[in-house]
Parts: sequence; structure tokens; C-alpha cells
Amino acid sequence: MTIEISDKTYDEEFVKKVEDISGENFHKCMQCGTCSGGCPMIEHMDIPPRRIMILTHFGLKDEVICSKTAWICATCNACSVRCPRGIELTKVMEAIRQLTLRKNINYVEPSAISEETIADLPQIALVSCFRKHTS
Amino acid sequence: MKISYYPGCTLKTKAKNMDHPGIAALKALGVELVELPRWNCCGAVFSLADDDLLHLLAPVRDLIRVVEQGDNKLVVACSMCYNTLARANLLMQENSEKRHTINTFMEEERDYNGEVEVVHLLSFLRDEIGWEKIRESIKVPLKGLKIAPYYGCTLLRPQSVAIEPPEKRTLFKDLLETLGATVVDFPASNDCCSSYQILSNPDVGIEAVSKILESAESWGADAIVTSCPLCEYNLGKRQEDALKKHDTLKELPTFYFTQLLALALGLGAEVCKFELNYNGATRLMESKNFLTVV
Ligand code: SF4
Ligand code: SF4
Repeated sequence: MTIEISDKTYDEEFVKKVEDISGENFHKCMQCGTCSGGCPMIEHMDIPPRRIMILTHFGLKDEVICSKTAWICATCNACSVRCPRGIELTKVMEAIRQLTLRKNINYVEPSAISEETIADLPQIALVSCFRKHTS
Repeated sequence: MKISYYPGCTLKTKAKNMDHPGIAALKALGVELVELPRWNCCGAVFSLADDDLLHLLAPVRDLIRVVEQGDNKLVVACSMCYNTLARANLLMQENSEKRHTINTFMEEERDYNGEVEVVHLLSFLRDEIGWEKIRESIKVPLKGLKIAPYYGCTLLRPQSVAIEPPEKRTLFKDLLETLGATVVDFPASNDCCSSYQILSNPDVGIEAVSKILESAESWGADAIVTSCPLCEYNLGKRQEDALKKHDTLKELPTFYFTQLLALALGLGAEVCKFELNYNGATRLMESKNFLTVV
């Protein structure tokens, strides 16, 4: 996939927001791929975590926001504990999700969950899912 | 000895088979787990957004309840609650700016400065009770039971709240060996079970579950033991879906560590509540004669 990078594609506000919400300096990513290599969800992602880091660094907002990667991430922290640059990718993923959720857009719609599912699930599944996937 | 105890929402409802045997086992070992008065849901996951302090109020309130009890230690059995409470506590200890904002915002509460120590029940067993004392109290050694200890994510990550160094982990192994079981140290022991993705993206969840089951089975385990009700749900109840998808997998019972502890201490099936576990938990224990001895 070829991606055009220029002044026109750089979304400064997006970069600033991810920096602020995550509190992480993802610009120091050296693209080693350790995060992607240890990610248990990678086969279900459209863009690997390593690539999310560089796309965010280059301010390519649409690629990052429209990717399903941050929604597939299970916040398992396997990447964060292994990153040789000490980047907490889980926080970057959270910031990316927040950019959508803070617009009042839900990834999971609580009202669409069936009564049987709610009765079946342990409370921590519902609470953690709503915390990560609803606005 | 009395100690403050935080059960969390799931242990009071869906995971009574983790809560009850834990309380009973500790009682048998001379420790009274005193449920925190007026505890609230901790939020299940730690807030990762740097500008979000609102979701820290719930876990911090729980920690304030501990101080109000005149206690300085809180024992937590659920791994997700442990992770959330321990991380919130760490933030209150280390980040003076956020601590100040949170304390000021919670006008009705006393100030909290991270005075409480948040301890997982597994660490408590090792550090405060000790393997020796547990070994002396065993009535039903779990001889011949091959158990795969499943840590999952929240006991070991991030490092700041890990119950032990992930690369040198022995706690689960030491406990299970103390109970007389055979430990199957399998490679997927701290892989992710998909957590809340079981609800958001069930197919992704079932694949993660299948890989963990496959790993435990190929290393010869009779069962898996966990310390998290969401891991237990995913690996236990949702195992049905994994088995349907992969015909190479076979049924593998899942247990909470509190159940195995209570069983070995001779507290019997009534306390252990194996009927609340899924897929052949009772059957396995019966086949090993652990239920008839009592
Ligand atoms: S592990 Fe860290 S440095 Fe390496 S690619 Fe991932 S984020 Fe970048
Ligand atoms: S936290 Fe998310 S991105 Fe990182 S390894 Fe786990 S699932 Fe992958």
C-alpha cells in the first residue's frame, strides 16, 4: 500500500490530540515491529500496531481513525511491556478510540445487546466493554 | 487475623464459585476476609486516557473505604479489580498534581494519598500465610491432577503492578505444588483470552480462547486454573464455541485457584461450588476421587 505523505496530508490537530490524550511520545517509535510481533490480535487487525504508530506520527488521521485496529486491541499490554522504546501503545490505542467515542459515537451499542447475552456475561465483561467501546 | 477484602461485582454474582471458596479457605487458614463496607464497582479497567480523571474516582473511593476502616491493606481476589485498584493507587502515590485534583473534586471524602497497599489474594497466600502453613493444613492433596496455571494479562502487566516478575513467575506453580497438584507450565500461560472482545468481537475472542486451550491441551493439562472471572468465562463457558469451531480441541475444565485451595483444605464440594463451573469440572474432580474423600 502506497501512502502519500506531504504537508497536505499531515493533520497537526490529530497528532496533538493523540499526544494529549495518550500522554505518550509515540514519535520515538523506531519501527522495530516488536509490538506487532507479540500482539495476540494481529491477524484480525487491518493495520498492525507498528504501522499505527508511524501513521499517527505522520498525522495521517483518516488511515488511523478508520482502521479497526484500535477496536480489535484487547488492551492486553503485551506490546507495551515489550516496546524497546518504552512506548505504552495501549495508551495510544485508547487515545485513538477516544477520538471517535468523544464524538458520541459508540463502537458497541448497549441497547443492541440481547437480554440473554447480558444475563450470560460476567459483570466485568460488560463494564470493561462499555468502558472501552462506548462513549 | 482480619484483613479488608474487596470482592468486586462479579464475585458477588456470577463468580460465587471464586468468592465463597476463597473466604472459606482463608477462614480455615485463620484469616477473616472482612468485606469492605460500601464498596463500589472499581470500573473493571484502568483508565488509560491521560486527561480522564473521572474514572479514577470509583477505585479511589474504594481505597478511601479501607482507610476509614482503620486498615492499610486491601486484599483483592479478582485479577481485573486488582489491576484497576492497584494502578489507581499507584497514580495517587506518584502523581501529586492528579492526586490534588481528585482529592479536591471529591469534597465529601477524606483526602487520599495512597496509604493503602493493594494486594492480590495469591500474593497474600504466599507472603502472609506461607506455603508451609498451607501445606500443613492440606487434607485432600490434589495428587495426579495436572493443572495449567493461567495468569492472563492483568496479574503480570504492566510491570508496575505485576504480582511477580513475568519472566520468573512461580507463584501459581508454588501454590499448586503446595496443594499436591502437578503443574503444567504451558506457553500460553500469560497470553490474552481476548477479555471484553468476547462481547465486542466474539469471533476474535473465540480464536484467542482456542489458542490457549490448544496450548494447555498439547502440554498435557487436565484442567486450567485462573484468577479472573472474565478469563474463566472466556476459557470456560465460551469453550463450547471454541470446540464447535475446532474439532481438534477437547473439553478442558477451568477452575478458580480459590476452589482448588478450598478443595485441598478439605472443604468439600458444597464450598467449592463446582456446579457453577462449566464443562465437566465436577466430573473431573469426581474421577480423581477428590470429592468422596471428604
Ligand atoms: S515495539 Fe515500540 S519501537 Fe518497536 S515498532 Fe512497536 S512502538 Fe515502535
Ligand atoms: S494491547 Fe492491543 S495492540 Fe498491544 S499487544 Fe495487546 S491487543 Fe495487541
